[in-house]
Amino acid sequence: MSYLNISNVDVVFPIVNGTYIALREVSLEVEKGEFITIIGHSGCGKSTVLNVVAGLLQATRGGVLLENREVNSPGPDRAVVFQNHSLLPWLTVYENVRIAVDKVFGKSKTKAERHDWTVHNLKLVHMEHALDKLPGAISGGMKQRVGIARALAMQPKVLLMDEPFGALDALTRAHLQESVMEIQATLNNTVLMITHDVDEAVLLSDRIVMMTNGPAATVGEILQVDLPRPRNRLELADDSAYNHYRAEVLRFLYERQRRPDAA
Amino acid sequence: MSKVIALSTATRMEPQRLETPAPMIVPNEQVDVTAANRERQPPVPKMETAIAPVSRTRTRVAAVLRAILLPALTFLVVLAIWSFVNAKITSDIPTPAEAWTRAVEVLGNPFYDAGPNDMGIGWQVLYSLGRVMAGFALAVVVGIPVGFLMGASRAVHQACYPLVQILRPVSPLAWLPIGLLIFQAKDPSAIFVIFITSIWPVIVNTAAGVQAIPQDYLNVARVLQLGKLEVTRRILIPATLPHILTGMRLSLSVAWMVIVAAEMLTGGIGIGFYVWDEWNNLNVASIIVAIGVIGLVGILLESVMNLAQRHFDYNRR
Repeated sequence: MSYLNISNVDVVFPIVNGTYIALREVSLEVEKGEFITIIGHSGCGKSTVLNVVAGLLQATRGGVLLENREVNSPGPDRAVVFQNHSLLPWLTVYENVRIAVDKVFGKSKTKAERHDWTVHNLKLVHMEHALDKLPGAISGGMKQRVGIARALAMQPKVLLMDEPFGALDALTRAHLQESVMEIQATLNNTVLMITHDVDEAVLLSDRIVMMTNGPAATVGEILQVDLPRPRNRLELADDSAYNHYRAEVLRFLYERQRRPDAA
Repeated sequence: MSKVIALSTATRMEPQRLETPAPMIVPNEQVDVTAANRERQPPVPKMETAIAPVSRTRTRVAAVLRAILLPALTFLVVLAIWSFVNAKITSDIPTPAEAWTRAVEVLGNPFYDAGPNDMGIGWQVLYSLGRVMAGFALAVVVGIPVGFLMGASRAVHQACYPLVQILRPVSPLAWLPIGLLIFQAKDPSAIFVIFITSIWPVIVNTAAGVQAIPQDYLNVARVLQLGKLEVTRRILIPATLPHILTGMRLSLSVAWMVIVAAEMLTGGIGIGFYVWDEWNNLNVASIIVAIGVIGLVGILLESVMNLAQRHFDYNRR
């Protein structure tokens, strides 16, 4: 049995007249330490898959097993990095991470240890210089860094990232991708990340899960990315294997799963 | 509830970024810092500061002058109309000069006490403020929890909203007879009127604040497995606080407007009855002075609430 097991998940939403089938028969097995990205067109239900794994949403049929235990409610073992960072604006950068640390390690760590752990995680994402700033006073990229630190600080079994860099400008996004690879090299987390950026998917992933268009979206193809790590985006730009993977994903998205609304 | 979240995330618009490759540049963190600063600061006309500092001081002086001159001009227009009314329509309205003389008299000795029927304007204002604060405090104590319930529970919202909508526009003075009947005394009746008219902004704004809490904050709470009490203390209250304070600010200014009218009817010591009393004495100059005082106290209350609001607004702190 694999580490994280998504098996035959259907998600059906009630709508005004009848039901909307968002996902049908979504199955995926993830090994410990794997970095998986899920890519697909808008509205294909990528985020729905993530929400089911997070426990924020119940599958209509099928289910999710994490270390052979069924997932049916949210919890810090499946920390989420939300697309729009969702830091609490009345708490400082430090407090935003500390609230998670206190909640998860309130009983197992002393106060001093929890402080050190909070600062340690903010150092991982290079935000130790802004501990006392409020989220309103830092840039979008920095907020997302803090969001990642908050998720990492929970020491999740699976780190879930819902288009974490989707709202950022290209330069900041590239910089954050570097940070994620750097952290992944150290911590070797199991990561499930949603993206709509082909380069991001190829650069970061061990496997890319390509989803078909909704309604009744499902896993279309899974692409194994065998590029050696550490990966360097400058070197990869001219790498034939990299460009091959990139082309594979593009082919899937634009030939086999043309956007229904794209002319 | 969770299904609603998922629907909205599933149908979220995504920018079409699939074709553009990520740039092959590794930027440094400085990009972020300047971006943050750009967002928060208005663009500074750099050319001007560097080349012509003199003209910049001059524009600042001009701005200050305008800030003083333009309102002064408005006051002058009002004084002109006032003098015109005095000269052409009714000489019962005193001239601005007469009003000024009266103001110096009244405000020169605001805290004299010559028995319950003859007290300085300072006392009158303090008595009124006392009633306002009592009614306002009651409105806040009752209104915030009610607003919270209405914002948090659909059922409570459906149950209470029509009542709130019906009672909210009712003129404050319509409540006075009810108050007098219930309490058989003028002070509690006045406080009751303040309470019943100033509670609505608190309720409506608190409820709106709770409803406006982004689902993301609640999702964070769910992932962290915060308990009900923790969610209230760590998420709901801080997230709603700016709305609550807006409600309180509106409520307080309503309360201060209402007290004058209520006191004119109930009597007793207070700025409202002072106005009524001076009217009966045909002492119009005193009324004009009182109008000025009421306005100034109103500004004072408003700025205290503004200060509180700024202090708790995490976006501007």
